Amino acid sequence: MVAFVVTFGFSYALYLVLTAGSGIAPWFWSSQELLLGAIVAVVVGLAARTFFSSSRPRAGLDPRRWVRAIAYVCGPFFLELARANLDVAYRIITGRIRPGIVRVPSGMSTDLGVLFLANSITLTPGTLTVGIDEDTHDLFIHMIYVPPGLEDREAIDAREIFAMFDCPRWIRRITE
Amino acid sequence: MILTVLIWVALAIGLSFNTLGIVGILRFPDIYTRLHADTKCTTFGTIFTSLAVVLYALRVYVQTSDGQYISLIFHTLLAVVVLAFTNATSAHAIAQAAHRRGHKPMPSVTDRLEEIRP
Amino acid sequence: MSCWILAVLVMVSLMLLAMVRLFLGPTSADRVVALDAINTLVVASMIVLAVVFRQILFVDVAIVYALLSFIGTLFIAKYLGGNL
Repeated sequence: MVAFVVTFGFSYALYLVLTAGSGIAPWFWSSQELLLGAIVAVVVGLAARTFFSSSRPRAGLDPRRWVRAIAYVCGPFFLELARANLDVAYRIITGRIRPGIVRVPSGMSTDLGVLFLANSITLTPGTLTVGIDEDTHDLFIHMIYVPPGLEDREAIDAREIFAMFDCPRWIRRITE
Repeated sequence: MILTVLIWVALAIGLSFNTLGIVGILRFPDIYTRLHADTKCTTFGTIFTSLAVVLYALRVYVQTSDGQYISLIFHTLLAVVVLAFTNATSAHAIAQAAHRRGHKPMPSVTDRLEEIRP
Repeated sequence: MSCWILAVLVMVSLMLLAMVRLFLGPTSADRVVALDAINTLVVASMIVLAVVFRQILFVDVAIVYALLSFIGTLFIAKYLGGNL
């Protein structure tokens, strides 16, 4: 039931954002759009509730998580993204690369946390997630420049690959 | 006036990063490094060209207060979020498929995935 | 106004450059990478075209295009990985 409410609310909000401005002057939405959006959101909620919020649906109702997620994307994530792009641009121009695949224990307990971390790693610091060990939640990461000496170590902590912020801690606070 | 300059700057940054991404795809030696250039540079470039569109819509809204431009802003932001998320996930899918298919990272100093999944 | 059309022209020529990799690419995985880059550029130029033609509908088409090209890329990757 809670899973249905979370999925319904999310899809209805998305529909309302996409159709904003359809009503006449004081109203944002016309009545047809409101009704049709509710019907569509009920159908989507019934169809997708099992895989949209699988393990702990109540966590999706906590507004602090959404605020933290938006703050994370706008703040630390965007700055890391900018730094990573300057780094990759430098390597494209000079051609100075030293690639390799290393193992990084993620330390996340939920699937959503692993997904968040893998996507953050892919978009940020000269790294790209290649594989996931399903049992231990270890990530295998292709780095475009492995710093000398790092290739001999068995595993690398997730905090070491981000340059400026402690992104794994942010993600853990969002998803757990 | 300041907004106009910002629009130009954002558009220039976006186009130059898109160009760098394509140059990287043509220039890098193996598939994993090409994926680096593709995912990071083209996503970042697209974020900045879309930012230019958002700033333009903001400027026109301030001048004319036409509600249509507010909804242009929201739709563009949604498109950017969707694009960033799907680009990261599909890069991950391509990399995993290439490794399963047996493409080795060609110049490489270490390959820990090879050890558990030969 | 003309700067937006210029931006679209630049992105279209970048797509043509990426097509060089699409034709040359030694393996099929390289071709998928080039295709993914072209898809991203198509989405970016659609968003810019929405300003040129003053139609919000272009952005909606860009959102749907991004989602559909994502599904396409996922299935090609699944086929390449050998479990389809």
